[in-house]
Amino acid sequence: MKVLVAVKRVIDYNVKIRVKADNSDVDLTNVKMAMNPFCEIAVEEAVRLKEKGVATEVVAVTVGPKAAQEQLRTALALGADRAIHIETDERVESLAVAKLLAKVVDEEQPGLVILGKQAIDTDNNQTGQMLAALTNLPQGTFASEVAVDGDKVNVTREIDGGLQTVALSLPAIVTTDLRLNEPRYAKLPDIMKAKKKPLDVKTPADYGVEVASKVSLLKVESPAERKGGVKVASVDELIDKLKNEAKVL
Amino acid sequence: MSILVLADLHEGQLAGATAHVVAAAKAIGGDIDVLVAGEGVQAAADAAAKLDGVSKVRIADNAVYAHQLAEPMGALLVELAGDYTHVLASASTTGKNVLPRLAALKDVSQLSDVIGVESADTFLRPIYAGNAIATVKSDDALKVMTVRTTAFDAVESAGSAAVEAVEVVVENGQSSFIKQELAQSDRPELGGAKVVVSGGRGMGNGENFKLLDGIADKLGAAIGASRAAVDAGFVPNDMQVGQTGKIVAPELYIAVGISGAIQHLAGMKDSKVIVAINKDEEAPIFQVADYGLVGDLFDILPELESKL
Repeated sequence: MKVLVAVKRVIDYNVKIRVKADNSDVDLTNVKMAMNPFCEIAVEEAVRLKEKGVATEVVAVTVGPKAAQEQLRTALALGADRAIHIETDERVESLAVAKLLAKVVDEEQPGLVILGKQAIDTDNNQTGQMLAALTNLPQGTFASEVAVDGDKVNVTREIDGGLQTVALSLPAIVTTDLRLNEPRYAKLPDIMKAKKKPLDVKTPADYGVEVASKVSLLKVESPAERKGGVKVASVDELIDKLKNEAKVL
Repeated sequence: MSILVLADLHEGQLAGATAHVVAAAKAIGGDIDVLVAGEGVQAAADAAAKLDGVSKVRIADNAVYAHQLAEPMGALLVELAGDYTHVLASASTTGKNVLPRLAALKDVSQLSDVIGVESADTFLRPIYAGNAIATVKSDDALKVMTVRTTAFDAVESAGSAAVEAVEVVVENGQSSFIKQELAQSDRPELGGAKVVVSGGRGMGNGENFKLLDGIADKLGAAIGASRAAVDAGFVPNDMQVGQTGKIVAPELYIAVGISGAIQHLAGMKDSKVIVAINKDEEAPIFQVADYGLVGDLFDILPELESKL
């Protein structure tokens, strides 16, 4: 079975972001970029399925600017067999990404599609669900365990309050939660080999998908700063402050 | 304007989150209907009918909606959405699972984790782990959004809306429920607790989390954890507070042995008062803490418990 993995290029999760002075957006110039952490987990799961003999081929796909090919090369170095880059410099919302991925699913006919549960830039947590809706496939979101069993996949999901296991008919869409696995690092020889693996470049127009959205970003602001706090010297002082100053006890 | 609120259920009962989502719906303005979908959910529908500001409760009580699986719930919402300008759900794992399916099927965008309502089409939502707040305007005919419950005060239970059955029953041949393991706890629910005490990697091991029990009991608090504590296996993941776990905004948040990574702060920095207990004076948590106490948590916690 073929496994399709979607990856996204985002600001590195360790970077403390800055809002632009004109409040138009977050400043991304000269900021370190990386593969979204949840996407790394998705790639790892796909590669593990291949190592187990469940998956025959792993195809990585991304939607984004030319530079996003770095993240596809990373996926290839981690074990993906080939990659598809849908190149656009526009701001592409979840719905348009889902529409593009639906076209790729249509073309590639994967048995399983794995995405991260959310991208740490927009924090939307939508694309996998939208893709499932558009392809009319079942979804296993926030997966902490994925077990392919014949023509079904059992997905254990992290839900509020605990865990839930669902059985989905294949093909299916799965989105990864943090505890699904621990992604491996790319080894230098694999990084070199990845440069020779096939990478197709397409555009949204090739798929006949309009990326414009009806949602517009009016402004981006920094959140209200918390007032600098004080250090207390003892438990007694802490309890006193909480009772008499903050009045929360 | 006519708004549909998808009710949150917890083990078949109406969850507290719903009253917060109704509050967000009231901020938008217009008629508010609540959809209660599940199996054996009459009591939940009756509870929803009491929420202040609700005009009507629609109940879809059928085995196909048991456990609110995404596929039948998405199909049900698509059938009902034609009557509404807005569909809202809490940003719980159910809301996040189901609503994007509705949005895609109606060919509209979704706004996730809304924290403020500026008008019927303009909303505030956090991005980049809460380090920026975006104001977004939707020109879609149908606005589909999940609501961050901690950003809206719950409405009272003083109303008396009519409960009306929904006759839509959809097929679901694609997914089935196998099992559920819910963590058992007598403490308040993490998302709705007035006081939260959280432990991090500094707790050392799972056994030491018991040091938080006495304090939590005395304060009527829920116990949370950082991702580091969850990843180290100290506590189950449903206790995790952060960008990838639960978002909390209690009156008092006590962070014990937590350094204060961006990911964790995203889940708790809207708390009214933050207390940090950490032996590392340089820990970033002290930059957001109203009251910081530098010292060994193994000395401080027992003393704190005895003096509360």
